[in-house]
Amino acid sequence: MNAHHVIRTQALVAGYGGATIVDGIDLDIPAGRISVIVGANACGKSTLLKTISRLLPARSGAVLLDGKRIEDIPTKELARTLGLLPQQPISPEGIVVAELVGRGRHPHQKLFRSWTTDDDRAVTEALAATGILDLADRAVDELSGGQRQRVWIAMALAQETDILLLDEPTTFLDVSHQVEVLDLLADLNAARGTTIVMVLHDINMAARYADHLFALRGGRLIASGAPGDIVTADLVREVFDLDSLVITDPVSQTPLVLPRGRHHVAGAG
Amino acid sequence: MPAPTLISDAQLTGVRDARLRRERRRRIALSVLALVAIVLMGAMLMLGNTIYSPAEVIGVILGQDVPGASFTVGTLRIPRALSALLAGIAFGVAGSTFQTMLRNPLASPDVIGITSGASAAAILSLIVLGWGGGATVTLSLVAGIATAVVIYVAARGGESTGGRLILIGIGVGAMLDAVVAYLLVRADVYDVAVAARWMAGSLNGTRMEQIPPLVIAVVVLVPLVVALGRDLRALELGDASATSLGVRVDRTRVLLVIAAVALACFATATTGPIAFVAFLAGPIAARIVGPGSSVIIPAALTGACLVLAADLLGQFAFDTKFPVGVITGILGAPYLIYLLIRTSRRGGSS
Repeated sequence: MNAHHVIRTQALVAGYGGATIVDGIDLDIPAGRISVIVGANACGKSTLLKTISRLLPARSGAVLLDGKRIEDIPTKELARTLGLLPQQPISPEGIVVAELVGRGRHPHQKLFRSWTTDDDRAVTEALAATGILDLADRAVDELSGGQRQRVWIAMALAQETDILLLDEPTTFLDVSHQVEVLDLLADLNAARGTTIVMVLHDINMAARYADHLFALRGGRLIASGAPGDIVTADLVREVFDLDSLVITDPVSQTPLVLPRGRHHVAGAG
Repeated sequence: MPAPTLISDAQLTGVRDARLRRERRRRIALSVLALVAIVLMGAMLMLGNTIYSPAEVIGVILGQDVPGASFTVGTLRIPRALSALLAGIAFGVAGSTFQTMLRNPLASPDVIGITSGASAAAILSLIVLGWGGGATVTLSLVAGIATAVVIYVAARGGESTGGRLILIGIGVGAMLDAVVAYLLVRADVYDVAVAARWMAGSLNGTRMEQIPPLVIAVVVLVPLVVALGRDLRALELGDASATSLGVRVDRTRVLLVIAAVALACFATATTGPIAFVAFLAGPIAARIVGPGSSVIIPAALTGACLVLAADLLGQFAFDTKFPVGVITGILGAPYLIYLLIRTSRRGGSS
């Protein structure tokens, strides 16, 4: 496997306008593993990811890549180590899959230098790894949501970064495509050793696919660890204000959160 | 470096061949566009009340003394053809830069009021202040950049800046057009005729000494935009993706806006606001070279072909001579209406 780059945050504070949304977070992101950031709406999980990926400057504290502050690293150099798949990337009208994936090569290319064999190799590998080689010449506009998400992941792969951040990569997908995308990311993590950090809405998907969970509430980190160690009814109450029963998922042997609402609860009221 | 996924040589070859096919297609399309521009330039130099042969035209270009042709071609037709070529390039690059950067075909400097700013300043300079060429160009440039800044500041903040920017730009443009109308009402009758012809976008009576500022703008700014073209293509994917790909988003955008506004203003100050060339060049060029690749150089050539062809049509296709801007206006208006209808059907989001 490869020499891992290590990313972490130190007393990170970030926000928009007057509001502080991330309020002093220390994350030690395990290298070569899948980490998932979970929390209720507006808990700061997307803002945290944006700050780690330098879309949003830190108010105070730092994001450190191998001990260096990310704002001190030249942008292109950083882009060869740290990739981000935003929540809603935009595909130019009419662009074909292979070309969009090829744009992931941007940080590897110099001004006026033409396309190299290495670029072709990276694009082909990214297409193969995401299972979309046969879609290479299709227009992105014509694809289904699940296929399109594969194309974006392929673009991020063509960037060949050691660390890949994803902001809710399954949000607009139905359950089978959610599983498909998360399986794909788990494959990549296993095959390439890519460090994956993502924000997920669904606590059960998070508990199933994460090696490591970070639970946020009100801009602070309140729990961190393997899902099996930290996901309990108490934690779910603390993070989501939700009464629940946590059992072991018979399929994956990971924690499964069963919410208790006001209705349809056997033996209640 | 991540460990590679295993791929076969056949798969690699397949991807590479498809890319080479796309590149070949693009090269052919670019060559055809360049050829069409050259042919149209040639036609503009040869055609007129007297038709001169290619040999006579080339003779004039080489500085030989060709009876009759030296004056007609050298003094009248060469400046006209050159200004058509350069204004077409400038409008094409300016328009496609804005459209790509704001990810919306409506976001062209002639639709969002920037050329209106330049026009208002030029009219003010020409008929109220009585200033000459150089001062007019400068004032147009300042006004165009000021208009861009006003639109940007009014539209900034929150989500969907692009859509708001276009609406505010159309409003600002309408205001500036009202300023132009007011200036024309107040002006002398003789000035009004000159100004009105200029406003329609006319290459009539272009003189050689008007051309150098536009030459300099095109020679300096077009290569700058082309050099930023790769970053521009990353910006097309959204600010977040562009940042992730290592593009310094704000710096790139500021440089591109300044270059594009300056190109549009120099061209406007020289030839008048030739309607819709900036707006049409990019989308037509994208159709010709295929989507996905950089559209800057194709849009430059398409803009040049549009202006040259429209001026030829305006001069020779009808009983009356029409200014070039009238012809491009007739071509552009239906496309603008089509885009507006399509945008409103989509709920106006962009």
